Amino acid sequence: MIRIDNLVKSFGAKRAVDGVSFTVERGEVVGFLGPNGSGKSTTMRMVTGFYPPTSGRITVGGHDVAEAPLQAKRLIGYLPESAAAYPDMTVEGFLRFAAQMRGLEGDAQKKAIARVVELCFLDSVLHQTIDTLSKGYRHRTCLAQALIHDPQVLVLDEPTDGLDPNQKHEVRNLIRELGRSKAVIFSTHILEEVDAACTRAIIIDRGRIVAQGTPQELRALSALAGAVTLRAEGATEQALASLGRVERVGGAWRVFPPAGAAAPLVPAVLELAARSGWRIEALRTEEGQLDEVFRRITLPDTVKK
Amino acid sequence: MKALWIIAKRELSGFFTSPVAYVFLVIFLLIAGFLTFTAGAFFERGEASLAAFFGWHPWLYLVLVPAVGMRLWSEERRAGTIELLLTLPVTPWQAILGKFLASWLFLALALALTFPVVLTVNLLGEPDNGAILAGYFGSFLLAGAYLAVTCMTSAMTRNQVVAFILAVVVCLFLILAGFNPVTDLLVRWASPAAVDTIAAFSVVTHFDGFQRGVIDTRDLLFFVSVMGFALFTTGVILRGHRAG
Repeated sequence: MIRIDNLVKSFGAKRAVDGVSFTVERGEVVGFLGPNGSGKSTTMRMVTGFYPPTSGRITVGGHDVAEAPLQAKRLIGYLPESAAAYPDMTVEGFLRFAAQMRGLEGDAQKKAIARVVELCFLDSVLHQTIDTLSKGYRHRTCLAQALIHDPQVLVLDEPTDGLDPNQKHEVRNLIRELGRSKAVIFSTHILEEVDAACTRAIIIDRGRIVAQGTPQELRALSALAGAVTLRAEGATEQALASLGRVERVGGAWRVFPPAGAAAPLVPAVLELAARSGWRIEALRTEEGQLDEVFRRITLPDTVKK
Repeated sequence: MKALWIIAKRELSGFFTSPVAYVFLVIFLLIAGFLTFTAGAFFERGEASLAAFFGWHPWLYLVLVPAVGMRLWSEERRAGTIELLLTLPVTPWQAILGKFLASWLFLALALALTFPVVLTVNLLGEPDNGAILAGYFGSFLLAGAYLAVTCMTSAMTRNQVVAFILAVVVCLFLILAGFNPVTDLLVRWASPAAVDTIAAFSVVTHFDGFQRGVIDTRDLLFFVSVMGFALFTTGVILRGHRAG
């Protein structure tokens, strides 16, 4: 649904987005990760037609965003980063405006408004003006606006920003649910959201894609991935060192597989334990941590700046 | 086309959901009345015309029209709603025209509410109502020209105050270029042809005809082109912000 080819956006001498290419198909939820100022929002603004790209091509549902902006925009629901909404309008008035702009009238308009009000839990604030709303409600009002025409493509810039933990949870579930039938791309810098909602994640740093894959694939990039954490009576560092690098973690030992090792480490640890007569209290294979991967990939650049 | 009216409707209702509209209408009518009857010496003139009323409009609008238009784009940019608006399925021109027309209609309403002055002059004498109608039409165009200029300055900045001041300065130039004290001063050291050229840029010069009941195509064209130019520039400025 979304196809991006070699997208570049410069602001003066600064390249905010520098040769980004990816696609998002229907049924996918793509998480867009990156440190602040890495080009996430700029990319999204180009996808939605707000910024014209310096070079490169974006098509949404087969429509070129630069050449047929109206057709492309009709397919997209967009939640901007600021979750901006007209402060002097009521929630209902604002949603009606959004519905009208999407060509919804009469019964279809009423149904669409009722649907998003329910989805985003806006019932209690329907007649309040937007400037009297708390941040969470304002955010959800803007999200409701993005969903009003049941778009095929959803572009959400930090959809959980400013929400409380319960609301975050609801929005993540909503995104996952919507992702079954739509192409969804959302940006975040909260890594747990990648696990909670994404089918695929793209890590972007300084305008370039530095890693992408399913959450599992990304975690496998972690130095921790494949390590075995063991707590056992009688275990010694010397014995474990024969399997790989050993580290003391709290009351347990953590063994890292040697670089390039293909076989899982657990059977070897178990065999060693049996041979040495250790009594195992806990044993776990580490999956790797996304935040560690994220830091390792993006930190050198941040420090350089 | 439909999107344009939806935007205009939203903008117009925005005036009335806040106190802006009511404050503006009251102030506008008070000042218009004061200028006409006190400063303009409406009764002392002893003639059945609205010259005392229309003559002040370039000055009256100088402050009040930028006050109406200053938030048009600067507020959208400051609040970030411009991102929302321009990613809806509309062209930038529909958005620019929609917002402009809404404010222009609001100014038309303010102007229409001055109708008691027409009743007064009809009660006291037998004025040329055709000339009065032409005067109203000219005044409406004058307000549109100022408003388009304000649209343009409003697109330049996120700050409403800056937009207001810039608009007042540009509109002041549009008045002074043809204001008699200024042209008299210019004549001393510039050729009459040059003075005429400068004066041709003035709204005062082009508004005069309307007040006398003459609708000249050249005057009409002047106001329409000021609006066209300013709104086109608004589009260029808005695109410039996004192009980076």
